[in-house]
Amino acid sequence: MSSERITTLPVPAAAAPSLAGLRQLARAVARRLVPWLVPLALVVAWQVASSAGWLSARVLPAPLDVLRSAWELTLSGELWEHLKISAGRALLGLAIGGGAGLLLGLLTGSVRFLETLLDSTVQMVRNVPALALIPLVILWFGIEETAKIFLISVSVFFPIYLNTFHGIRNVDPQLVEMGRSYGLTRWQLYREVILPGAMSSILVGLRFSLGLMWVILIVAETISAQSGIGYLTMNAREFLRTDVVLVGILLYALLGKLADVFARALERGWLRWHPGYQEKGA
Amino acid sequence: MSEATSTHPGVRLQARALGKRYGQREVLRQLQLSIEPGQFVAIVGRSGCGKSTLLRLVAGLESASEGQLLADGQPIDGLRDEARIMFQEARLLPWRRVLDNVTLGLPRESRARGAQVLAQVGLAEREGEWPARLSGGQRQRVALARALVHEPRLLLLDEPLGALDALTRIEMHRLIESLWQRHRFTALLVTHDVQEAVALADRVILIEDGRIALDEAITLARPRSQGDPAFAALEKRILDRVLQKPDAAPAAGAPWLEPAAHALRWAI
Repeated sequence: MSSERITTLPVPAAAAPSLAGLRQLARAVARRLVPWLVPLALVVAWQVASSAGWLSARVLPAPLDVLRSAWELTLSGELWEHLKISAGRALLGLAIGGGAGLLLGLLTGSVRFLETLLDSTVQMVRNVPALALIPLVILWFGIEETAKIFLISVSVFFPIYLNTFHGIRNVDPQLVEMGRSYGLTRWQLYREVILPGAMSSILVGLRFSLGLMWVILIVAETISAQSGIGYLTMNAREFLRTDVVLVGILLYALLGKLADVFARALERGWLRWHPGYQEKGA
Repeated sequence: MSEATSTHPGVRLQARALGKRYGQREVLRQLQLSIEPGQFVAIVGRSGCGKSTLLRLVAGLESASEGQLLADGQPIDGLRDEARIMFQEARLLPWRRVLDNVTLGLPRESRARGAQVLAQVGLAEREGEWPARLSGGQRQRVALARALVHEPRLLLLDEPLGALDALTRIEMHRLIESLWQRHRFTALLVTHDVQEAVALADRVILIEDGRIALDEAITLARPRSQGDPAFAALEKRILDRVLQKPDAAPAAGAPWLEPAAHALRWAI
């Protein structure tokens, strides 16, 4: 059997730090640093242009000013307050819309009758862009919290629904047959075979949803809000505080990045078994 | 485990006028068969002769259209705990580690027994591995362990070695034979490989057009060696019989077939 590994000769790695070794180290460090050179140069050029007065603060404030106002907002507690409110809205919308999408996807994926009953309706509604609903949503819910959370829920619902449904449908029927013939109960079959089999697809849906979630949140908060990052930036615009506007934009970017890191962590955790998601060099 | 198996003889199987059809196509017809407890029976035949269908009927994965199929005198009407099937593919859950695959559906207390059975198939030290990291032969050994951990009284093997290379296959033959001798379950092996059938079985059954066309007892002493002339003669006789049917005139006596006939591992 092919279990024997080819034994490689031990490489004398610990032998005195040779010149070649140092050169290799330098090359590795350079590989890490090189991608940062261009962004760094841009920021420096931007700062220089602002300080020299070539770039009006009304167009773009200097990076240092942005940092300073971020610091001030942090100290006054405003930043944290608005960040909390925005993230709260996003997560509540994701929980409601994503939860509903997951549940409905699991149901239509597993029960043939529910698919015939519901799937074509969902597919029709899916083609309505969530943002097209804004006038209607304002009529229904006004411009309060409910409207924002409704918009986010609607938009994250579909990616999760579609991918869950698809994932369940694509579970290997041979594994299901094996599970049945090995005496798994319906619930065990679901937990051991069907759900893990659909998981990679469900997580793809989640990542799509996370992307959409921030876009819709930004739009919803920009239309009208009394709190949140969108309010912070719109309010700052009134007073021509472009530095605060920029802080808001960077906060959105940061939140988006965090959501992506979170989704990747889920993939690494739940899809550990998958050769495509395993850590390299293990 | 050995004291449990001694009170655990294999299942007695009987088929009476068994028939199975899919729409208009009749796969099995009027099949009569009786298998003693603890017997190792190999079913050979060309692709589409109905041998896998028979196995699926015995497993309870499908139900018969006509006739009766009895296990210990009771009609088979669905999946049963006493029967375990090993498929052509290993069908391991890729998201469960090896030992969790072996103890699939069993309570946590059975992990120790699962580890024991894994040791019997020679994979004790791989119990924490993901299935994706195993070779094809190792995966089938895990699948064998998964079947045996249930202490089945009937083991159904649906061409489980078809996709393995020749050396691994011979290793698996020895392993399956020794585990069968130890646990004394009834074994039903479907294969297209006559050599495999002769190496393992007490009895080789040829199915042709949905009926039993040949029922040959193999009385060679175990362990069997493929170099043995009696083995080779028996294998050739069965193989000739298998090849004879569709083009009855030339096959048996075809001069070009003669020298290679017993070495030929025909796979359709």
